[in-house]
Amino acid sequence: MSTPTRPRPAPLAAELTFVGRGLRHSRRNPDALVLALALPVFVMVLFVHVFGTAIDTAGTRYVDYVVPGVILLCAGFGASSTAVGVCEDVLGGTVDRFRTLPVRSAAVLTGHVVASLCRNLVSTALVVGVALALGFRPDATPLEWAAAAGLVVLVVLALTWVSAAVGLVARSVEAASAFSFLVSFVPYVSSAFVPTDAMSPWLRWVADHQPATPVVDTLRGLLTGTAVGTAGWWAVAWSVGLLAAARVWAGWLFRRPPRA
Amino acid sequence: MAAHSDPPAAIRVDGLRKAFGRRRVLDGVDLAVAPGTVHALLGANGAGKTTLVRILATLLRPDAGAAVVGGHDVVRDPQGVRRAIGVTGQHTSVDELLTGAENLRMMARLAGFDRRAARARADELLATFGLEDAAGRRAGTYSGGMRRRLDLAASLVAGPRILYLDEPTTGLDARSRLGLWQLVAELRDRGTTILLTTQILDEADRLADRVAVLGGGRVVAEGTPDELKRWVGAELLELAFASAADRAAAAEALAVAGARPPATAEPRVLQVPTDGSGDHVRHVLDRLAAHGVHAEHVTTRRPSLDDVFLVLTEPGGGRPAGDLAVAAP
Repeated sequence: MSTPTRPRPAPLAAELTFVGRGLRHSRRNPDALVLALALPVFVMVLFVHVFGTAIDTAGTRYVDYVVPGVILLCAGFGASSTAVGVCEDVLGGTVDRFRTLPVRSAAVLTGHVVASLCRNLVSTALVVGVALALGFRPDATPLEWAAAAGLVVLVVLALTWVSAAVGLVARSVEAASAFSFLVSFVPYVSSAFVPTDAMSPWLRWVADHQPATPVVDTLRGLLTGTAVGTAGWWAVAWSVGLLAAARVWAGWLFRRPPRA
Repeated sequence: MAAHSDPPAAIRVDGLRKAFGRRRVLDGVDLAVAPGTVHALLGANGAGKTTLVRILATLLRPDAGAAVVGGHDVVRDPQGVRRAIGVTGQHTSVDELLTGAENLRMMARLAGFDRRAARARADELLATFGLEDAAGRRAGTYSGGMRRRLDLAASLVAGPRILYLDEPTTGLDARSRLGLWQLVAELRDRGTTILLTTQILDEADRLADRVAVLGGGRVVAEGTPDELKRWVGAELLELAFASAADRAAAAEALAVAGARPPATAEPRVLQVPTDGSGDHVRHVLDRLAAHGVHAEHVTTRRPSLDDVFLVLTEPGGGRPAGDLAVAAP
């Protein structure tokens, strides 16, 4: 066994290594991968063919109405699974091992985030593909498509960083995975699946003021040409605010001294 | 405990304290580990072995005291410490979704090797640790012994001068344990300083140049394995009696021989330190017979860590210290 002289690490070596690790994990976790790919299909079929027949969307075809909501639902679910991966790394001792290395060990979170982004872009593309097959007819220009994609990236990044922070605080993998479950309920109380004016007054107030509504309204406007109003600004503000706050929170959680 | 300080110590710990809430885990630990030696840290569950290793690995900050590893202070210069150490934890932290080769390449990339050098380093370690055939399999499919070897290989990727092994053979079968012991001995022979925590006296005996016993948050004894064993007796003669009254009579008859109740607190058993020779055993039994006490059952066994603790924590210090250094309780 030879004793190598330790080379000087290249800039971003840790980040690149952890991103590679995250992508390998995404490919090799069959349960999560199948779920991430099957969920969009199930949800889309469920909403368009089961619920859609009973929901009145005031002249808009339901399939055109619901696609942005399904995009958000799936992206939210996919992003929030990051909490499980991070939690497993913490509880399994992997994070401790990285912490004993002379590298920026917080880059392990960056690896999880980039992997989540890649997974969710694939899954979003799948949602759109299934939607088109089921009769979704967007009228977006290439610029509008790009803007919609940009918003999805921003939302996924924000939700993934929140999940990473949750993964760091969770004391069990079960708790971390309960978070994914809860996040997937957020779009239901928004304009994602039914117009908010059909809701009771206080629920409508919640729906109108929570971040999922401006995100969905913006995506819908970009893809199908409905009115966006100020929703676009709200969507960006919510996403950037959440992203910044979660990034700081996760960084703090990672650096704080461990409990035991 | 400044013995063996002729070359500067690879690890030096002074008055280290750490509490979790009200629970004081380390209460003034002093330790010096000479470069190129294996130093075993013995202690029961909860004695603070892992806490000490975590502080020395820069994973925990001490409440008070100082620890210097490879010339770097663990609090002021953690990155310096991290460049000097390799750590293998109590629970293996190999990445189960990656193959053995990928695990090692990842560690090499993190250590700053470029892609080609990382591949070469991984291949070299896989060969050294007998994992070539399993290199392309996911670590999640490895046996316990293979995981330990991979974990140890991962901690050696960057060629650390100082290696921490936290209970490295827990859960390993006899063959894997022997293999691991051999690897540790080879590493030491190549000049690596090794801090080994274990609950197994035999493991410390085989591997360690010196042994420190942790108890009550302090180092309660420190010396070579031979010194430790001399302290307890090379072997223990266990005498079982028909009743507690018989045992009391026997204890009186054998007081000069160092008889004491066992750590397990069985009411009818006495232990006498022995060299295991027929002469000594006959001498003890003759003495019992002369006092009219009958032993129902006689066995000899090697002392365990429990026995060391019993002696070390005995009120008044029990037997003379001999050449074993004993810290004040």
